[in-house]
Amino acid sequence: MPLKKYTFGQACIVAMISLFSLACLFPFIMVISGSLSTENDIVTHGYSLIPRHVTFDSYRILILGSNRIVDAYVISAIVTAVGTVLSLIVTSMGAYAMARRSFRYRNVLSIYAIITILFNGGLVPWYIICVRYLELKDTMWAMILPPLANAFNMFLIRNFMMSMPEDLHESAKMDGAGEFRIYAQLIIPLSTPVLATIGLFVSLGYWNDWFLGLMFVDKQELQPLQLLLRTLISNVEFLRSSSNSMDIQRIAMQLPSESIKMALTVVTIGPIIFLYPFLQRYFVKGLMVGAVKG
Amino acid sequence: MKIETEAGRTIARARTKGNGVVRELIRNRTLLLMFLPVATLLFLFNYLPLAGLVIAFKNFQFTEGIFGSDWASPILNNFDYLLSSETAYRAVRNTILLNALFIAVGLVFEVGLALMLNEIRNKYFKRVTQSLTFLPFFISWIVVGVFAYNLMNFESGAVNRIIQSLGFDPIDFYSEAGLWPFILTLALRWKVTGYGTIIYLAALTSVDNSYYEAASIDGASRWQQMRYISIPLLKPTIMILTLLAVGRIMNADFGMFYAMIGDAALLFPTTDVIDTFVYRSLRKSGDIGMASAAGFVQSIVAFVLVLGSNYIARKADRDSAIF
Repeated sequence: MPLKKYTFGQACIVAMISLFSLACLFPFIMVISGSLSTENDIVTHGYSLIPRHVTFDSYRILILGSNRIVDAYVISAIVTAVGTVLSLIVTSMGAYAMARRSFRYRNVLSIYAIITILFNGGLVPWYIICVRYLELKDTMWAMILPPLANAFNMFLIRNFMMSMPEDLHESAKMDGAGEFRIYAQLIIPLSTPVLATIGLFVSLGYWNDWFLGLMFVDKQELQPLQLLLRTLISNVEFLRSSSNSMDIQRIAMQLPSESIKMALTVVTIGPIIFLYPFLQRYFVKGLMVGAVKG
Repeated sequence: MKIETEAGRTIARARTKGNGVVRELIRNRTLLLMFLPVATLLFLFNYLPLAGLVIAFKNFQFTEGIFGSDWASPILNNFDYLLSSETAYRAVRNTILLNALFIAVGLVFEVGLALMLNEIRNKYFKRVTQSLTFLPFFISWIVVGVFAYNLMNFESGAVNRIIQSLGFDPIDFYSEAGLWPFILTLALRWKVTGYGTIIYLAALTSVDNSYYEAASIDGASRWQQMRYISIPLLKPTIMILTLLAVGRIMNADFGMFYAMIGDAALLFPTTDVIDTFVYRSLRKSGDIGMASAAGFVQSIVAFVLVLGSNYIARKADRDSAIF
């Protein structure tokens, strides 16, 4: 009977997938556990999956002890909210112009947008333009503006809009609506599925971004959350690796730095973990949309 | 209905024909106005940097700006400088080798996971595991860097704890350059396998079930069905995605490298890539000439590769190319 072999293979597959899934989950649990552990436990026993002594000290220090964390959180939240909203408005308007069949030169607009996907000036000119000409250095706009207009997202929205029947426009026109009114009151409400998915991707990008902060923000009070996390980690690493002096190493050990790092990590990924169960299927759906040729 | 509007449109088009470009533009001024914000942003952040590529041929002075700075003399001075740099050579080599490794291993993982998930009949199990494998995609590389540090740091890292409990000496991962190509590959797989799998899985679920039914009636085992139906049907998708990845082989994921390696110079021999090299030249050592020459080479080669791979992709399958 081939049935027996088949079930063995099936079992192997289930085992392999389970293992990989657990491996994907494992670091999250370890970080959460680390953030709840006492510093002593981490130093003597290392990280474990279940904290030996549960304590919320690191969170307390995080929130009470440092304005920078709260500031960074606010900065990241503002950048994400403003960036996402603006990005959706700008790209959907552009997409609408590219999608209108009555406009003979809409393909010229598409080519203008496609070129930005293909050609790339690279980091250096981009950096110099942003700093020297647009004066974005040490402003919050530096973290919002550069990724705002995304040609690829615009094409996804355009394709969605172009799948709507042309009659829609004509009847609205008949009723005396202008292009902008058709866009705002008719097309946008009908485009919510695609706008929701792209909005999620864009907001995830803003929330997880630290590259723009790294490039443009030297002021400490403007640093986004991710960058703060990075700074905290590399500083401890720096202390650990850069000196042979036992004194400094001991000081670095005594700070509850490990559990604080873990707590900050949890805080950073918090919104994502919290929203993930609800959002995940939208992302998958959006990816499918993207996979079917932009 | 359809015919009527089609005819109406043709008439409308005929009526505007010959009215000239200006007339057409004025008629669509609202649309143009709506395109204006996106056009401006793309101009500022994409077109201007393109023009800024000339920096590679200039002796850039910050106060003079891109177009005010003098031309380098000799004109290829920045490139001479770049070519004589050992570090630059190392960065190019690392970029290509690491990306090749990432592409090859990625292919195996992503197609493998998609094929395995496709074999799962239990819907609930499938959904939960897919959610779990997709989860790491949502966190930033910075956080992945923390995870990696958790696992591998010398004193309290979980991996070293395990090594020690087995009676071996702990490894100081952050000074072992030779291990990092594998660590990076693993980290990248951990983060993006779930994401990469989705497209393959989408291709697999769209396969007509009657293929499999016919095959099983003919006595094909699950393994044979996978080998002779699933994999051949995935082949176009695999080819296109791989080609496009090859087109980007000169570009590294800066986020990954910077978050995982940071400024750990000990690891540069195997992990320094063009992107991190350019970043360091620009922001750390302030060596704009070198950075711009390296960036220029990267942009040009990347452009040729994208066009080339897209050309081949289109030859293989018209619908799958980007353009």
